[in-house]
Amino acid sequence: MAMELDVFVGNTTIMDEEVYQLWLDGYTVSDAVKVRMEGGVMEECEASADVLLSDTMDQYRTFQMCERLLYSPAKLANQLLFQIPPHRQAILIERYYAFDDAFVREVLGKKLSKGTKKDLDDISAKTNVTLKSCRRQFDNFKRVFKVVEELKGPLVENIRQHFLLSDKLARDYAAIVFFANNRFETGKRKLQYLTFQDFAFCAGQLINNWTVGAVGEQIPTDHQRSFRFYMDVDLDKEFLQELKELKILITDKDLLDQHKSLVCTALRGKTKAFNEMEANFKNLSRGLVNIAAKLTNTKDVRDFFIDLVEKFIEPCRSDRWTAADMKLYLTHYTNSAHILDTFKHQVVWDRYMGVIKSCIFKMFHD
Amino acid sequence: MPGKLKAKIVAGRHLPVMDRASDLTDAFVEVKFGNTTFKTDVCPKSLNPQWNSEWFKFEVDDEDLQDEPLQVTVLDHDTYSANDAIGKVYIDIDPLLCNEAASVISGWFPIYDTIHGIRGEINVLVKVELFNDLNRFRQSSCGVKFFCTTSIPRCYRAAMVHGFVEELVVNEDPEYQWIDRIRTPRASNEARQRLISLMSGELQRKIGLKVLEMGGNAVVGYLQCFDLEGESGLVVRAIGTACTLDKLSSGSAPNTATHTHPNTAPASNACNSPSKDGKESPLAHGCRSTHNSPVHSACSAQRLSQNFSVSVPTLIFTGMGSGGSAGKEAGPLKTLLRQQTQTALEQREFPFFTLTSFPPGFLVHVGGVVSARSVKLLDRIHNPDEPETRDAWWEEIRQEIKSHAKALGCHAVVGYSESTSICEEVCILSASGTAAILNPRYMREGCLDIGIVDHRFEDPSPPSCGFCHIPYDELNMPFPTQLTYCYHCRRQKVPDVLFTTIDLPPEAAVTGKGCLIQARLCRLKKKAQGEVNATAISNLLPFMEYELHTQLMNKLKLRSMNALFGLRIQISIGENMLLGLASATGVYLTALPAPGGIQIAGKTPGDLSNEHHILTIQKRINDTIAKNKEIYQINPPELTEEVVGSPIPEPRQRSRLFRSHSESSDEVSELDLSHGKKDAFVLEIDDTDAVEDIHSLLTDATIPTGFNSCNTEIMPGIYNWTSAVQMFTSVRVFRLSNANLTNQGLNKIFTDLCENLLKSFYFKLRSMIPCCLCHLNFTVAVPEEELIQVAVTAVAMTYDKDQTQEKPAEKPITKGCIETEEQLQFPMELCADSSSTNTQLSSKISGVQETTNVSSRAASVDYGSFADRCSTWLELLRLKAHTIRRGSVKTSRRTQSLAHSVSSLERSSPVPDGRSRSLRSTRGFGGSSVTVVKMTPLSFLPGTRIIKYLGIINMFFIRETTSLREEGGVSGFLHSFIAEVFAMVRAHVAALGGNAVVSYSMKECVFMENPNKNQAQCLINVSGDAVICVRETDQEPVPSNIGQTCTSETDGAT
Repeated sequence: MAMELDVFVGNTTIMDEEVYQLWLDGYTVSDAVKVRMEGGVMEECEASADVLLSDTMDQYRTFQMCERLLYSPAKLANQLLFQIPPHRQAILIERYYAFDDAFVREVLGKKLSKGTKKDLDDISAKTNVTLKSCRRQFDNFKRVFKVVEELKGPLVENIRQHFLLSDKLARDYAAIVFFANNRFETGKRKLQYLTFQDFAFCAGQLINNWTVGAVGEQIPTDHQRSFRFYMDVDLDKEFLQELKELKILITDKDLLDQHKSLVCTALRGKTKAFNEMEANFKNLSRGLVNIAAKLTNTKDVRDFFIDLVEKFIEPCRSDRWTAADMKLYLTHYTNSAHILDTFKHQVVWDRYMGVIKSCIFKMFHD
Repeated sequence: MPGKLKAKIVAGRHLPVMDRASDLTDAFVEVKFGNTTFKTDVCPKSLNPQWNSEWFKFEVDDEDLQDEPLQVTVLDHDTYSANDAIGKVYIDIDPLLCNEAASVISGWFPIYDTIHGIRGEINVLVKVELFNDLNRFRQSSCGVKFFCTTSIPRCYRAAMVHGFVEELVVNEDPEYQWIDRIRTPRASNEARQRLISLMSGELQRKIGLKVLEMGGNAVVGYLQCFDLEGESGLVVRAIGTACTLDKLSSGSAPNTATHTHPNTAPASNACNSPSKDGKESPLAHGCRSTHNSPVHSACSAQRLSQNFSVSVPTLIFTGMGSGGSAGKEAGPLKTLLRQQTQTALEQREFPFFTLTSFPPGFLVHVGGVVSARSVKLLDRIHNPDEPETRDAWWEEIRQEIKSHAKALGCHAVVGYSESTSICEEVCILSASGTAAILNPRYMREGCLDIGIVDHRFEDPSPPSCGFCHIPYDELNMPFPTQLTYCYHCRRQKVPDVLFTTIDLPPEAAVTGKGCLIQARLCRLKKKAQGEVNATAISNLLPFMEYELHTQLMNKLKLRSMNALFGLRIQISIGENMLLGLASATGVYLTALPAPGGIQIAGKTPGDLSNEHHILTIQKRINDTIAKNKEIYQINPPELTEEVVGSPIPEPRQRSRLFRSHSESSDEVSELDLSHGKKDAFVLEIDDTDAVEDIHSLLTDATIPTGFNSCNTEIMPGIYNWTSAVQMFTSVRVFRLSNANLTNQGLNKIFTDLCENLLKSFYFKLRSMIPCCLCHLNFTVAVPEEELIQVAVTAVAMTYDKDQTQEKPAEKPITKGCIETEEQLQFPMELCADSSSTNTQLSSKISGVQETTNVSSRAASVDYGSFADRCSTWLELLRLKAHTIRRGSVKTSRRTQSLAHSVSSLERSSPVPDGRSRSLRSTRGFGGSSVTVVKMTPLSFLPGTRIIKYLGIINMFFIRETTSLREEGGVSGFLHSFIAEVFAMVRAHVAALGGNAVVSYSMKECVFMENPNKNQAQCLINVSGDAVICVRETDQEPVPSNIGQTCTSETDGAT
């Protein structure tokens, strides 16, 4: 029975989580009805296709009306139009801001601009995520980015407060914002094996250790500077400058040899890949220190991950290191530098290597 | 200077962007009451302005306070051009005028614009200082409480039920004034909203005056309706039942008088004194109709079978040319003023009650449904002095109803309601109710059935069956029916089937569960104009009534039930068709005989294939009946039957059957008297139409397991509600595509429409299983040619499945007793003097045996003078009630105080889903400032106790759009409008300090569209009672304590 008009409005807004997901996934009403029919909800409740269609339409309308409230989730709690129990509000928001890893992997590190938005149909075709859903996710990224871009204070906390997201989701969004802001290259073929979660972890490390906000506790006196100081969307420029000092580890021949012998002594007999480690030590060390030294260039910051892969992970992999080997090597590599008498940059070294170590662990897939 | 209204504008939030350049808004607010306007400062460049204005003070008459709404307009300041309106809030300040309702209005209101919908919210604070007015000629009626609830409100006790009050006011519809051609749609909509708000205020005030005049202090079962008559005007009318209510505040018995309106005392004296008007006092109590009313012989002649009395649609054409332009001046409010002197007398001529459920003992016997319809031609111009006014029309219909009731041997009509259906200039006025005999004398011994005395039985007839006993004379029955001795008490005669418009009395003995039964009917009609059209319609009406009745009867029997409650028959006119929809809740009353089956009979017995066909149908019917018995758990105890009294004098029945025979087009029903003890219903198959009918009868979809449905307050067979409640409104419009449809085709479409709606509900609410859809209220309309609109409002309530059938035998009885003590302080026959003279007369009319008089007279003598009786008697009751309260869990909930229950609420177990979160706990939730407001069409919320009524909610909204497609088409448009209406109702309730709306209903939903122009318009009228309710604690820890805590805490709370 085709209705001219057909609405159902509950005093407490009725929402079916399954239909919500279908809506979020960008299904059309008729596709959603098909999926639901296959899901067997009809037999369960003696319903007909008409009933299912009418219900789906009602719910889709409700979601569309809610959508503009979801743009600023805080409004959902004190708007009057829909009476939605708080736990349902939380579900609505969390699901709305959830994203597909496959999709986010494609736009990670890209500028969240109109240009990227135009490419969404390609991404949609590639990832099998509907264009509608791609747009929603992209717009979510952009919206979060815009709001927190200019805010001071810790990034994750800002996202959580403004968008009422769970801690996990807020962290993921922080990673997305951070990547978009620094435009890290993630799309190269060599990086394809890395998942979004790998990057999100690395972003977390960078945010927590390499940004201005990360150092924390520096309460600036004047207002103007506070703006700069509390941002943890950008890397700490002073720190990046200081990283140049690490070059001594590879330019000073004595230091390099000393470092190598210390590491080799510690590693001997503990791993099967010892010979490869010994042979490659200078190469690997040069690689890591050079990455550090170049980070003052924005261009090289963008290539941070690709450099890590090319300069370190790939050589190790070709030498068939295991993850344990990697851990062992990097631990001793980092610690041995402390014993070097002439090496004065211990603090910077730790701050640098701490992040590099955990990033490489995450990025080194067996 | 009787009143000072104070308003303060605090802040706004979520305002729309009015200045594209800055993406901000420079908002300020105008506060208007009557002709006085105040403005706040402009709060520049903010979407969340903080005005924090001073208190704006309006010094006004209380008459204005009642009529006018406070109008709050939010505007965007514009330096160079005119200020743009963002939206408005109308705040009805009536609840503040009654000291027992709300004391302050404070909260966030949605800012509403008729074109854009809700645009942000505004926080407003309103207070009223009322000075006592001793002017006895005053025009205001501040302090009279209004309730939509059609029973005695839960925290009150009826000290008196005075009777019927009605009023109507008329005005020109601004939409049809010449000025509408030059003003914007927004201005026109706002003019209309404002006018209706004014008219409802005025109507309420006038009804209030009548109530004060009668000596009451409240109107219960207040039903207000709009008739949008198009060019001929706008009618706002209301009916209700005037009562004197006492607030139930235990312990403070002597103080009760202070709670009631000062006018109560003198008025009840007036009522008592027979000197005022000999006839008046008994009638004021609405128990007897001793007045001679013009008997329309035609009316009684048309009565159809089984408790169903239908009036001949009397056709009256008002003079087309009359009136002229005399009343055409565009004055502010033209009211249809009736001669005041007559009013006072005439009201009481109608012993009508809009109540649908009563304190135990009130209802003695129920005769059956009485209804009257009348087709009228709307006159183009109103002339208030014309005799053919709307008032006169209703008067006529009420007289008819009264005479029907009389014919049924009843002196009162309960569950009374009125409605209209308008199409172009034709209007059907309908009224219906249930003829009943009410307890003429309240006897505390619980001897409720007068008839028993006659039979000299020792013990009183149980209240569980008394109301089923026939009120009319056995030898002079008003319609053919089969009488048997009551299956419950075996003493009195009962009919085989009982139809009523009231709720099932809570104490009634019921077998199994009930269910919703609907009869649906479409009738094509030729398009016509004026008188021809009206005649055509009035000719069709009796057929429709007959068929609806037959359908109801068949469906009732198919479900093996024998009584209908909450029967509501709606007939809507369209240009080329009439729609009829009858809804009721079917029940198996233990007191009534088991219904016979349905027998199929063929016209041509010789035809073998036909014979076979009939047999299969018969088998299907029998199977369905058996299945239904199982579904509804109808397994009455087997009783040896004795059919008593040959039903009807032969000739009379013959003639009647003959008439119905000739009238009915396709199926014939008659009583098969030859069938032995049980009367089986015979359906004759003589043509394909009849086959269709039977088919449609059998294809009524069964309710999915886990669901129940009814259209009454109480679902028979379910007693253990849990707290989850979901109120909903659903609207569907179907466009008939086929131009040449037959009646049968239309019927099928209409039936499917209704059935599919129900199926949809079951599907959507599946997560609530086991649950019951209560108070399913269907409204049908034909908004345009080829469009059928069905709107439904109902509530889904969950229940505990395990104990469904466990209606503790003790419970209803104890409850009955207590409620008797508490609520039923009956006015009916406190006037001893007049009663003794009148009893004889009335008893003759109502067919009550002579012996009754002896007992009643004796009782009245006992009580002595009124004043004495009143005080001592009430006090005695209160004392008694008090002692009962101490010991019983059931009653203590009423006496519990707010503070007490809130604390126990916090202690109590967490409620799932937040649905049933109550006032206190929600406010504290996670920073959300929005109070959860529950809504229900019922008079209660399961698991909660209403501790305060805050006033009536009566709101009228118009929404219009010129960008229909952009708003998601008609469905998107209406969906958001209904959501907005809910939001505005909730906001107003929350601002009054409430957390729920009970007796909520959507009176009107008029939807018009013009897709070609991308336009649509919708009008919605909703009403209900705003209340504060708290969770009912299941167990009272120390019952003895409660009495004490109450005494101290209730006073603090109220």
